[in-house]
Amino acid sequence: MALDSSDKPRTFKVVGTRPLRPDGIDKVTGRARFGADIVAPGMLVGRVLRSPHAHARIVKIDTSKARALSGVKAVVTRADFGAVPDSVADVIDNCMAGDKALYDGHAVAAVAASSAAVARKALRLIEVEYEVLAHVSDVDAAMKPDAPVLHRGRQEESVPEGYSQNVMSRVEFGHGDIDKGLAEADRVVERTYRTGATHQGYIEPHACLATMGPDGQADLWCCTQGHYMVRNTCAAILGMEQGQLRVTASEIGGGFGGKTTVFLEPVALLLSKLSGRPVKMVMSRSEVLRATGPTSSSSIDVKIGMTKDGRITAGFAQLRYQGGAYPGSPVDMGSMSAFAPYDLENVKTVGFDVVTNRPKAAAYRAPGAPMAAFAVESAVDELAKGFGLDPLEVRLKNAAREGTVASYGPTFPAIGLEATLEAARAHPHWTAPLGENQGRGVACGFWFNFGGDTCVTLNVTPDGTVTVSEGNPDIGGSRASMTMMAAEELGIPYTQVRTIIADTGSLGQNEVTDGSRVTFAVGLATIEAARNAKREMCKRAAMVWGIDEEAVEWVDGAARPAGPNAGKHDPMTLKEIAAIASNTGGPIAGHYEVNAEGAGVSFGTHMVDVEVDPDTGAPKILRYTVFQDAGKAVHPAYVEGQFQGGAVQGIGWALNEEYIYGEDGVLQNAGFLDYRIPVASDLPMIDTVILEIANPGHPYGVRGVGETPIVPPLAAIANAVSAAAGVRMTDLPMSPPRILAAIQGQKGG
Amino acid sequence: MSQIHVTTSINGDATEFLCEAEDTLLDVLRDRLGMTGSKEGCGTGDCGACSVTVDGRLVCSCLMLGAEAEGREVTTIEGMATGDQLHPLQQKFIEMAALQCGICTPGILVAAKSLLEKNPDPTEEEVRYWLAGNLCRCTGYDKIIRAVMETAADLRRAS
Repeated sequence: MALDSSDKPRTFKVVGTRPLRPDGIDKVTGRARFGADIVAPGMLVGRVLRSPHAHARIVKIDTSKARALSGVKAVVTRADFGAVPDSVADVIDNCMAGDKALYDGHAVAAVAASSAAVARKALRLIEVEYEVLAHVSDVDAAMKPDAPVLHRGRQEESVPEGYSQNVMSRVEFGHGDIDKGLAEADRVVERTYRTGATHQGYIEPHACLATMGPDGQADLWCCTQGHYMVRNTCAAILGMEQGQLRVTASEIGGGFGGKTTVFLEPVALLLSKLSGRPVKMVMSRSEVLRATGPTSSSSIDVKIGMTKDGRITAGFAQLRYQGGAYPGSPVDMGSMSAFAPYDLENVKTVGFDVVTNRPKAAAYRAPGAPMAAFAVESAVDELAKGFGLDPLEVRLKNAAREGTVASYGPTFPAIGLEATLEAARAHPHWTAPLGENQGRGVACGFWFNFGGDTCVTLNVTPDGTVTVSEGNPDIGGSRASMTMMAAEELGIPYTQVRTIIADTGSLGQNEVTDGSRVTFAVGLATIEAARNAKREMCKRAAMVWGIDEEAVEWVDGAARPAGPNAGKHDPMTLKEIAAIASNTGGPIAGHYEVNAEGAGVSFGTHMVDVEVDPDTGAPKILRYTVFQDAGKAVHPAYVEGQFQGGAVQGIGWALNEEYIYGEDGVLQNAGFLDYRIPVASDLPMIDTVILEIANPGHPYGVRGVGETPIVPPLAAIANAVSAAAGVRMTDLPMSPPRILAAIQGQKGG
Repeated sequence: MSQIHVTTSINGDATEFLCEAEDTLLDVLRDRLGMTGSKEGCGTGDCGACSVTVDGRLVCSCLMLGAEAEGREVTTIEGMATGDQLHPLQQKFIEMAALQCGICTPGILVAAKSLLEKNPDPTEEEVRYWLAGNLCRCTGYDKIIRAVMETAADLRRAS
């Protein structure tokens, strides 16, 4: 759906303002109902038994004592699920282990009981006989030919010989001739970078309530980023028809990609089926950390050549991502995005998807991109500084722009990278003085942005107010944005529109809330649904006036006669048309269904000042500014919020957060005390600058904004810390001991 | 096992409940009294989503037993607004977009109210340290800190 074209830029009345979000009062009063906030009459409590081993064959599970306990109504193991289609084989194996437990925390059995106390007791009565196997947690170790193997016979043909079967696939992107480009360089930087595995860290643990009757009809309430995905996945696992399973999305307490798959839901449905009772399941925080999707840890080799005037002659990266116990790490997206900010003649990336004895990686905000950007943007910074060049000027000199053939294939249309770099260069932050032991870093980041299947229904009520039904859980204010776009298009006040998230029975298929797709794709569908409703309302007015419907136009919330009939009839407002709808053909609605294309790519530039304590290695973020292209910011406060939240998740990834495994392969920090996400006292204010370079693929020019903000921080902070500490940091997180060791190593060397 | 009978006050209402000895105050609020505004993000006192006050003191309700509420005065997020009048912090959080997903919001509001009762003119640093026990993963805290500071300024002007 192309950008609305006209000679002069469109003037918006609602879009670009900052109205109160429609779910605000529910959320500040505690009334909003999240995943764990619902009950059903007669419901049971479901609990999961999890493997204490990183890698073990499950020899035998004896559930007889648990089943015999008073109050236990159902017990399931993998055998109870039977055979499932290949498309969901790994999904169910992750929800409930089959022959082997593949990581510490892997589910092996579940119970439904009359109370939490009985459920806990029942879990202790389940006897599991394990044959403990050798395990591997590290990505580079897992690739070696002699590493313990998780899955046999599943390696794709793309993987060359000499690697362990843990290397599941290899991808390659790029163009030009790397060797030729490197030969043209005045200097080449070649380094290896490593990043720890981090968790999305949503504050709301996974939760669901399932009810399944003997007739095969089922209802499921859950916190998810995509209830249509939950429906389709659970139906496939349980052999149900999709139409028989109605899924309602609760309010969602954060997801960041981690709620784009299922964990508890198929288990709860089966427990409900077997017990004949509603079953509620809620994870503990340690279950969330042990068994739900962290992102990949990575190991990346980068080789970049640059001329002394700052032109990048060649960029190469080999990316190795471990994605946990099953194939599907985001190394493909890391490989595609690594050099996306640059207009390069010679560029190549190679990515390896590796399995290890860790929980299966789930998407995490711009999955795969932050680690790749960390490596590439660190190397570019090192080259620029080595030549004494301004790192912003170097990036501007090499920046991708309209017409650039991206490293991953496509040719960019209008994009905003240069605008963010120029805004950064012009910002007072860039020239503010730095003190002793302080350093400033910059880095760029890119995200593709998604579109996908989307349905919106817009109903005009008899009193002339409007309801919008959409199918994507609102994770950070999207109901406000949809309401704004509907009001904008219809020419009515924001307060006369209410947007709800419909259940899976109410709309057609909707892609998950991911890929920064919702404001773009659901917004586009909302605008088109409103246009369809407007066409219908113009038709009704034409009928009343007895003129041709083509001779009616919609202006400022009312139908008006146009052309030769202009001025012959008084305009009919939306309310007036709604009031007589029953007499002019019946209720009025507009709907729109689309596989949305044209999601404009997104770029950002981050600037950060860090102080490093030379005696302890402790880093402190002093100042942070985000510059990002939003296409068109629908609700600027929530755009700023995305920039700020993404930046701070990046700060956590850069400085604090990391999955720590012992020799035994057991996760050592499965709690918020030891898996430390940033807290308020760690941080300064996060300043934001919104650029608006219209996306040619959206009627209002909107681009997704949610994911790009987590891409640049890792590198920007590493560049700042490296400048402050006087030594190049290549491993994340940059914890105080790691920074101190680097400083001391530098002195010693 | 016999349950424990507890007589307490919640948001000013005399309240009685039965609970198991091991039930936390959060379990009681959520599962026995149907007050689900307080959230369980961790169950270990690390995230602050379950923040309530007991006799005026800010506590994580997941770290206190339900039985310990005997004779106390408990306030929760459900008691923050007065009728249809939001507390100024609640109103300011909506106006300044100080929430995204909203799961941490009840705990942060309870904690922020507790701060302003003790210190009506906090510095930014004081707000940041007071709220350091309330995790938010969406906002980066910026708009939360600003909303608390602005509410404090409004309340000072009004008093």
